[in-house]
Amino acid sequence: MENSVIVKLEDIVVVYDDEMVLKKINLDIKDKEFITLLGPSGCGKTTTLRIIGGFAKPTSGNVFFDGKLINDIPPYKRHVNTVFQKYALFPHLNVFENIAFGLKLKKTPEKEIRNRVHEMLELVNLEGYASRNVDLLSGGQQQRVAIARALINKPRMLLLDEPLGALDLQLRKEMQIELKKIQQQTGITFIYVTHDQEEALSMSDRVVVMNGGVINQIGSPEDIYNEPENAFVAKFIGESNIIDGIMHEDYLVEFAGQKFVCVDKGFAKMEPIEVVIRPEDIRITEPGDDTIDGTVENVVFKGVHFEISVASYGKTWLIHSTQYTAPGTFVGLTFTPNDIHIMHKSNTKNVMKSLVDEGEENEQ
Amino acid sequence: MKKFFSGCYVALVLLFMYLPIFVLIAFSFNEGRGRVWSGFSFKWYGELFQDKAILGALGNTLIIAFIASLFATILGTAAAIGIHNMRKNTRSLVKNVNSLPLISPEIVMGISLMILFSSLHITRGFFTMIIAHITFCVPAVVLSVLPKLGQINRHIYEAALDLGCNEVQAFFKVILPEIMPGVISGFLMALTYSIDDFVISYFTSGPSSQTLPLIIYTITKKPMTPKLNALSTLMFVVVLVILFVSNMNGDGASCKKSKKKAKKA
Repeated sequence: MENSVIVKLEDIVVVYDDEMVLKKINLDIKDKEFITLLGPSGCGKTTTLRIIGGFAKPTSGNVFFDGKLINDIPPYKRHVNTVFQKYALFPHLNVFENIAFGLKLKKTPEKEIRNRVHEMLELVNLEGYASRNVDLLSGGQQQRVAIARALINKPRMLLLDEPLGALDLQLRKEMQIELKKIQQQTGITFIYVTHDQEEALSMSDRVVVMNGGVINQIGSPEDIYNEPENAFVAKFIGESNIIDGIMHEDYLVEFAGQKFVCVDKGFAKMEPIEVVIRPEDIRITEPGDDTIDGTVENVVFKGVHFEISVASYGKTWLIHSTQYTAPGTFVGLTFTPNDIHIMHKSNTKNVMKSLVDEGEENEQ
Repeated sequence: MKKFFSGCYVALVLLFMYLPIFVLIAFSFNEGRGRVWSGFSFKWYGELFQDKAILGALGNTLIIAFIASLFATILGTAAAIGIHNMRKNTRSLVKNVNSLPLISPEIVMGISLMILFSSLHITRGFFTMIIAHITFCVPAVVLSVLPKLGQINRHIYEAALDLGCNEVQAFFKVILPEIMPGVISGFLMALTYSIDDFVISYFTSGPSSQTLPLIIYTITKKPMTPKLNALSTLMFVVVLVILFVSNMNGDGASCKKSKKKAKKA
C-alpha cells in the first residue's frame, strides 16, 4: 500500500480505574485500507477504536488525523463515522429517518437527502425498506441500516466495532463479503474490530494483533499467519504446534531431540528459540530416522479434515490431515524446511503472562 | 371449586377497598341531605360549582399542581440522567436517598419544610407551597424516568454524536424521544401526588394558597354538607383518569409496536 497515512496514533496510553488498558500504542493507518484490530476481549481493541472515534480520550499520547492533532476534537467534528456493536439504531425513527439523520443535521436540501438515502439503500441491498420500523428488522438488516447511516455522511474513515458479532455464521460470511465489496466500491478507510481471527484474515489488507493493551504484530493476513512474531500471535491466529528449540546456526535448528534444516537465519549461535509448525503443514508417514515418531492418541472428524493428536516423548502434536489414521498407530511426522517458523524467545516474555492468564499452558 | 373461592376472595377484597368510595359516589347524587336515599339529582354538584371558596381552592390546586409538576419533571429528568450515568455504588446510594422522601412520614417532611421556611423568613403561601410540592414530586419523576433510561441502548447517544449532533442536540433528538413515555408518566404521577397532598400542604400553605384537600378538611369541621360527596367524587374521577392515561402511556410504546406488527402481518 502506497497510500498516505490518514490516522496516526502516537504513544497512546489509556488508564481506567487504575488499570492500564492501552500501553503505549503506536499505529499508522493508511488512506483507503481495510485494517483490522484483532485480539481477545479486553485486549484494548475497542478502546483504540473509541480513541479514533473521539468517544474516549487518551490518558497520554496523541492522535493525528491528516497530520492534525485531534485529541480534543469531539466526535461530531471528526470526519469519521462508526458502526456500533449492536448497531445502536434510533428506535423512534424509521429506516429512512435513521439513514437521513446525519444529512438532516447538516441541513441538506430535502431532495438531495431523498436521493442519497435511496442510493445508500441500494448500496446495502435494502430497497423498499425505507418506511420500515427499525425494531422489526432482522439483525442482518439492522446491520445494513447502521452501515448506510454511517456511510451517507461520506466519512473519510469508517469504524466498525464487532459489527457482525450478533449474526449467525451463514449471515456473517455473506456480510463479510459484502462489507469488503462496499469498502472497495466507496474507497473509504475501514477500521474493523473483531476477536474472530478468520474474519480478520479473510477481509483485511492489514491485521493488527493486540493483546493485553499492546500491539503484538502488524502485517498482511499472510504474514500474520505464516510468520507469527511470537507465541501469542501463533496461538491466536489458528492452531499451531509451538516447541522450544535451539538455533544451532543459520538454517539449522534443533527441537524434539533432532536437528532440522530450516529457512531462517540471523539468530545468535545456540540461541534458545521457539518453533511454530502449523497443523496442516505436518504430514503423517512411516516412522523413520528423519521423522518425529509417536503414537496416534486421538482422531476427531472436523468435516474438511481430521484433527489428529500424536504423542511423542511427552509432547502432543496437532495435525490436520484429510487421511484417517487409526488411534494407536505408531507413525512418523514430517514437514519441509519452509514449514518451520522460528521466533525469538525474548518476544514472548510479556506475552506469556497473558497466555497464563487465559489458562493456557506455560511454555517457559 | 378452588377457582370459585379464590374469585370470591378477590371480589371481597376489592369490595372492601372500594365500597366506601362507591357509597360516597352514590350519595353524591342523592336528592336529600341525610344518609337516606331520597331520589337522584345533580343538586349538590350545582351547589358545589357556586361555592366561591371551593372554586378558588380548585384553581389553586390546579395551578400549584401544574407548576410544581412541570418543574419537578424537568428537575427529575435531569436528575435521573445524572443518576443513570453514575458509577454503580454512588448510583445505588443516590437512588436510595431519592426514595427517602417517598417512604419517610409526610408529617416529617411537612414540619421540616415549615421550619425551613420560617427560619428563612419566607411568608407561607403560593411560593412555599410550590417549592414543597416540587420537593416531593421530584423523586416520583426520577423513579419513572430511570427505568426508561435503563432500556436505552447505551450506544445511541454516542451514535448521535458520531452523526454530527453536539451534546445538547443528541439529548433532544435521541435521548428525550426514547425516555418520553417515562417523562410523561412521571409528570402525571407528580400531578396526582400534588393534587391530593394534604399533610405537607397543611404545614406549608398560607391563607392565600388553600387547596382542595385543605378546604375539605376545614369544611368537615363544620356540619357535614353533601357538597363534599360531589367534590370527592370529582377528585376521585380526575385522579383515576390521570392514572389511567399514565398507565396507557407507559405501555404506549409496546402497544404501538404490536399494532404496527399486526398491520404488517
